[in-house]
Order: sequence, then C-alpha cells, then structure tokens
Amino acid sequence: MATAQLNTHRVVIVGAGPAGVRCAETLLAAGIKPILVDENRRDGGQIYRRQPDGFTRDYSTLYGSEADKAKHLHQTFDRLRGAIDYRPDTLVWNLTPGQLCCANQGRHATLDYDALILCTGATDRLMPIEGWQLAGTYSLGGAQIALKNQAVSIGHRVVFMGSGPLLYLVASQYVKAGATVAAVLDTSPFSLRLKALPKLLARPGLLWTGMKFLAQLYQAKVPVHLGVKPLEVLGDAANGVAGVRFTTGSGKAVTVQADAVALGYHLRPETQLGDLAGCAMAFDQASSQWWLATDEAGRTSVNGVYAAGDGAKIRGADAAEHAGRRVALALLEDLKQPFNAGLRDEEQKALGVMDQFRLGLAEAFPWPAEQAKALPDSAIVCRCEMITAGELRRTVNEKGACEVNRAKAFSRVGMGRCQGRYCSQAGAEVIAAEAGVQVQEVGRQRGQAPVKPLSMLIEEVSP
Amino acid sequence: MKGRFVRLAEQGRPTVNLTVDGAPVEALQGDTLMVALLTQGGSLRQSEFDSGRRAGFCLMGACQDCWVWTRGGERLRACSNEVRDGLDIVTTQPEATWPLHS
Repeated sequence: MATAQLNTHRVVIVGAGPAGVRCAETLLAAGIKPILVDENRRDGGQIYRRQPDGFTRDYSTLYGSEADKAKHLHQTFDRLRGAIDYRPDTLVWNLTPGQLCCANQGRHATLDYDALILCTGATDRLMPIEGWQLAGTYSLGGAQIALKNQAVSIGHRVVFMGSGPLLYLVASQYVKAGATVAAVLDTSPFSLRLKALPKLLARPGLLWTGMKFLAQLYQAKVPVHLGVKPLEVLGDAANGVAGVRFTTGSGKAVTVQADAVALGYHLRPETQLGDLAGCAMAFDQASSQWWLATDEAGRTSVNGVYAAGDGAKIRGADAAEHAGRRVALALLEDLKQPFNAGLRDEEQKALGVMDQFRLGLAEAFPWPAEQAKALPDSAIVCRCEMITAGELRRTVNEKGACEVNRAKAFSRVGMGRCQGRYCSQAGAEVIAAEAGVQVQEVGRQRGQAPVKPLSMLIEEVSP
Repeated sequence: MKGRFVRLAEQGRPTVNLTVDGAPVEALQGDTLMVALLTQGGSLRQSEFDSGRRAGFCLMGACQDCWVWTRGGERLRACSNEVRDGLDIVTTQPEATWPLHS
C-alpha cells in the first residue's frame, strides 16, 4: 500500500491503557496516524491511571514496584499526544461494520474506521456473597482507584476478600498508605500456590514481588487467612457494612469487624464491543470464562477487527504492553506494510512467558465457582436491581431457563444498569449448578448497545 | 456515620464549595463527587429497588451504582465527575422507584 493510501486508512484504537498506548506508538512509528478513543479523561487506563492535577504524590508512592513502567508509559503517551488523533472522555457505545458510535460530553457522533483495535481493558470479576449489596462493599479494583486516584481509603477498617494477586497488592498499598486493614481473606489455599509454582516461576521477579507484598502484610500484623469460605457481609441497609463472617481453612467460623470490604476474584475482560462487532468468543478453561477468540497476534474472527490487552485476554499490564505492540505489527502485516519481524518475534516470545504465568495464576488463585452453588437463596446476585439467587434458580426450575440470556429475560439478572458486568458470570454459575451442567454449557451473556447507559439529552453532531 | 472514606494524603489542596441536598459541603479541588460526599457521609443515594443506601462499587464507571443528580435533573456518575464551585447536587433520584424489596 502506498503512503498516500496508508494515510487514508482509518485506524481506530479504543482504550488508552498500556495496550492502546503501545499500539498507537508502534503504528505511528510505521507511518500510520491512529485515532485513539478513550472513555477516561486521561491516559493510562485503570492500572496506570494518573492522579488529578494538583496532586503531588510521586511515582514511587503511587505505583510502588510498577513506578518505572507507569512513568515510561505516561512519557510515551505525552510524546505521542500531539502526533496522533487523541479523543479522551469519549465512550464508544455501539458499532456497526466500519463505524463507531461515540458519545463525548453530551454530544453524539459517528466515527468511521477501516481497522479497529480494541484495547478495552477489564473490570473486577465478582462472586456474590450474602450482604454484598450493602454500602461500603467495593470492588477490589475500586478500592485501589480510591487510593491511587484520590488518596482515600474506602473505610476506617477495611477487609480485603477474594483471591488473586490484586488482593495482596491493594492490601499492601493500603497498609503502606496508612490505612487500617482489618484482614486479608483469600479463598485459595496455600497448597494451590505450591502446585502452581512451576508455572509461576516463568516470571520469578513478579513472583518475588508478590511474596514481598505478603511479607509486608505479615510485618504490619495484618491477619491473613488462606483457604477461607466467605459467608456474609454483615451490616444493615441504612448504615452499610459492619463486618464480615467467614470460615477459616480449618473450618472455624470467624467474624471480623469492619466498615468496608474490598471484594474481587481477579479480572474479566470488557468484550462488549468485540461481541457487537460479531467477533467469535472462546471459553477459556483455565480461568473458566469467555473471552474474544483471537490468534496469537490479536486478530479476531472479523476482518479488520483486532484486540489486545486485558480486554482480549487477562494477562496483566506488562503483557498488555507487549500485546499492544504485537497487534500493531499484525495490522501492518495485514496492510502489507514493512514491519520489524525481529520485534514481532520478541513480543511473541514475551507473551508466551506471560501466558505461562497467567496459567499459573489461574491455578494458584482459582475462580471460586463452588461458591455460587452454596449461595443462599436469599443472597443478592444482581446488585443493580436486588435480584436474589433464589429468584434466578426459580427461572431454571420453573421456567426451564438453562441458558444465560433466557434466564436474564425472565429474572432480569444481567439486565440492570451495570449490564451484567458484576453479576453475569456468577449468575451463569448459579444457573449451571442448578441445571447440573458445566458453566460453558449455559452460554454467555450477549453484549448489548449501548454498552453503558447514555443520557436521553445527548445531542447529535455531524462527525 | 461521619464519613465513609478516609483521606490519607493530598490534603493541602484548595477548597471547593458545593451544595448537596441543600446543605453546604466543602470539598478539595480534584475530588470526585464520590470522595466529596463520602468523606462527609455514609452513602451517595437511595437504592430504587429496596430500602438500602448505596455508596458506589467499582469507581471506574462500569457499575453505575454511584449516580447522583444536579438540581436541574442531569445524572452524574459520582466516581468520574470532579467537584466544582457552586455545583448543586441532589442524592434522591428524580424518576420513579420500584420498591420490590422494601
């Protein structure tokens, strides 16, 4: 393709986190000026989210062991900013072939694309527990954003509960910042960590960092329990969280007083736009969830649509940077442009190592599917509309709705304002357990436009 | 509850004055509405499906649990909108409620 043609080839990247920024950087270096659309006001995504103007904490305070990576990514973006078409504060809420529907500060416009690269990131993966609708329960990632972006703790006494590396990272960040951490409760037992060790050793440096977080928690005398079964978030509707009840690995029932709970089980990808584009999805056995089916470079099943970073495959921020570069090289290759084959091989190799590590994490900190089965009928599955596990189970038993989207139509689980982000995976587990089938057999919740709520006051402008 | 969120650093910022449910509230420049409201109170809004109070959940614009409204009826996500002088916020939603579980 000649340069003139290349310049009229409209490449849109959605998301300015580590994957999106590295993708934009690689394309720009090859002579393609991408349009980078991001819902946030500033670059960095969630992981390297920048603090507001007027805040003064340095990189080391903000990002700890990841300070250099955050700084490097921000510096790269600052260099790119003037040379690419950057559109912050812009939500892509729908798409049709070749066209995105965008909302920006109350205005709506379409944006045409020839190639689309989805770097949409992830949100926390949640398993409900009795009482998780109470004010003061936050997602683990949310608890981290409170500290990183606003320098606040989500409560006076915070319990961290769930599983996965983020549990220890955020808890230790809270301790370091001077917050009171009442307990760290991990549903995964220590034995699984040992079993996963060979795979986790794919990235010894990161494993060491994780062990340091744990050491910091012990040093600060924070009670850490492994192999717990979460039972209930205690409290009442008016005042919110008052504590957490759980059983220890040895079966002892324990109550911890707290006014806030940070809850999460690793991450789930934001796949709605890929789904709306018609991209095939695949069920990942290791993490027991659906994500976009892509080749190793990030090509989806739809021509011209690509995906990279945690929005494609949950492998973390470091992998997202590699995947962002890798997917850009794939696009160049598909456009029959010259590209650096050495760099491609290097990125591919790095991603292979990170794949191995992510399999280790999935073994060490598994998604607690069995909790869905044990969830009392009275427990809320859908926080948005207060729909219980019992109501969802009735749609299976009385209406025979053993498929997620059908059960959603009857029960409204997944139809609320979060659009299933925080309930649909757990809901699928509840349905599967009740129907006595594997979770992948009950399907996955389809993406629907608008992927986030829009205001009726939005004004249409021509692109 | 005096305040749900606890400030741990960055407290030397200039103040911003807004109104929440008719009462004056002092916040710091750069605060999200969520932080401004939850450093001084226990919740953001009333759930429209039960008797519970809500205080947000994800802080990244995905869960939509932190909606508040301007006096004019415009809906804002408290986690992703910053405070500004003179902002007049109401925490009861202007639309209908569906008290299924109250």
